[in-house]
Amino acid sequence: MSKIYNSAAEALDGLLFDGMLIAAGGFGLCGIPENLIAAVRDAGTKDLTVASNNAGVDGFGLGVLLESRQVKKMMSSYVGENDEFMRQYLSGELELEFNPQGTLAERMRSGGCGIPGFYTKTGVGTVIAEGKEVKQFNGEDYILEEGIFADLSIVKAWKADETGNLVFRKTARNFNPPAAMCGKVCVVEVEEIVPTGSLDPDLIHLPGIYVNRIIQGEFENRIEQRTVREA
Amino acid sequence: MAWDRNQMAERAAQELQDGWYVNLGIGIPTLVSNYIPEGIHVTLQSENGMLGMGPFPTEDEIDADLINAGKQTITELPQTAYFDSATSFGMIRGGKIAMAILGAMEVAENGDLANWMIPGKLVKGMGGAMDLVAGVGRVVVIMDHANKRGESKLLKECTLPLTGRSVVDRIITNLGVFDVVEGGLSIVEMAPGVTREEIDSLTEATIV
Repeated sequence: MSKIYNSAAEALDGLLFDGMLIAAGGFGLCGIPENLIAAVRDAGTKDLTVASNNAGVDGFGLGVLLESRQVKKMMSSYVGENDEFMRQYLSGELELEFNPQGTLAERMRSGGCGIPGFYTKTGVGTVIAEGKEVKQFNGEDYILEEGIFADLSIVKAWKADETGNLVFRKTARNFNPPAAMCGKVCVVEVEEIVPTGSLDPDLIHLPGIYVNRIIQGEFENRIEQRTVREA
Repeated sequence: MAWDRNQMAERAAQELQDGWYVNLGIGIPTLVSNYIPEGIHVTLQSENGMLGMGPFPTEDEIDADLINAGKQTITELPQTAYFDSATSFGMIRGGKIAMAILGAMEVAENGDLANWMIPGKLVKGMGGAMDLVAGVGRVVVIMDHANKRGESKLLKECTLPLTGRSVVDRIITNLGVFDVVEGGLSIVEMAPGVTREEIDSLTEATIV
């Protein structure tokens, strides 16, 4: 059974439903599944909960799903780059669950590993700990955080072979592997689909068992903070 | 004469030890990398998934796939390694990062740190700050000693929501260097020309 689909819309066919939880890869605008996000927008799926480190910017990335009012709730660590996000959040139209960045990544990884909860020192004594179980290990407090089990993962990789083995590029890897792992179904968009056998098996970043559907995308690769030094 | 931003960063760079893996926060902490002393080799971690962060790129080196945790374009070095966010925070939470140098809004005399939100103002999120302060070996804060209204940022207790409880080891301000010790803060060093009276008048925290 081929995992390769012709378009983002085709790859998402049958996977979307109102009220679902989507885990999305990316950090800022780096390594985001921009083609799949656009396809979710086009599909019009509503009341989404989206677990993603950031919420895009106005008009790009997850920002497009905010503009179309398809997102009910974000689970993120940092969301400041988006006026529409802030407007909806401050007016109460959008729920926001802040997660410390490492806790969010581990919640995704854990979900993908079948671990429903884990204890962490992160956030002890802060608002993040409110309402969470506290347990002592070796005399220190830890809080219980829960694994994320998403209905769908949408991620971006650099290359995939036809079986879905993935290779990421530089810091565009970021949340993509843990986001990919925690979904019941994972759809990946890549810059290049290469023949099976052409990737070095020792250098696969995420094995194809985590990947259900693959598309080749077209990428804007927008840069958020263009910072240079003199040559 | 109190230290300026660059002098604070230069002083903070003296905290680095050869062979350390270090995470530098956004703002003045980023400047620390300009002052790493001769003979000290440190590896900078960027929590979005990189060890061995290099300088900003030249115009023709810019790569959209290569950014730091402040989302700025950067470059790689020969020893660079990339990894995913879960692995990145695994090494942070696991205590493998020797030191983090961070900015702050408030620090309390017991080492409580507040640097992520002001109630009633726009809240952008904690990003990786809570994980860093909970996990790394040593937390050094660089910040102005007083806020714009002239009020101490070194407090008996933080008034803002915490980023971490009892997590700060050392504070470098424009007036000097302070350690969190039993019973309060101890003065490690005063900036040239700064007097004890000046520090006392601008410090709410107990100085022991």
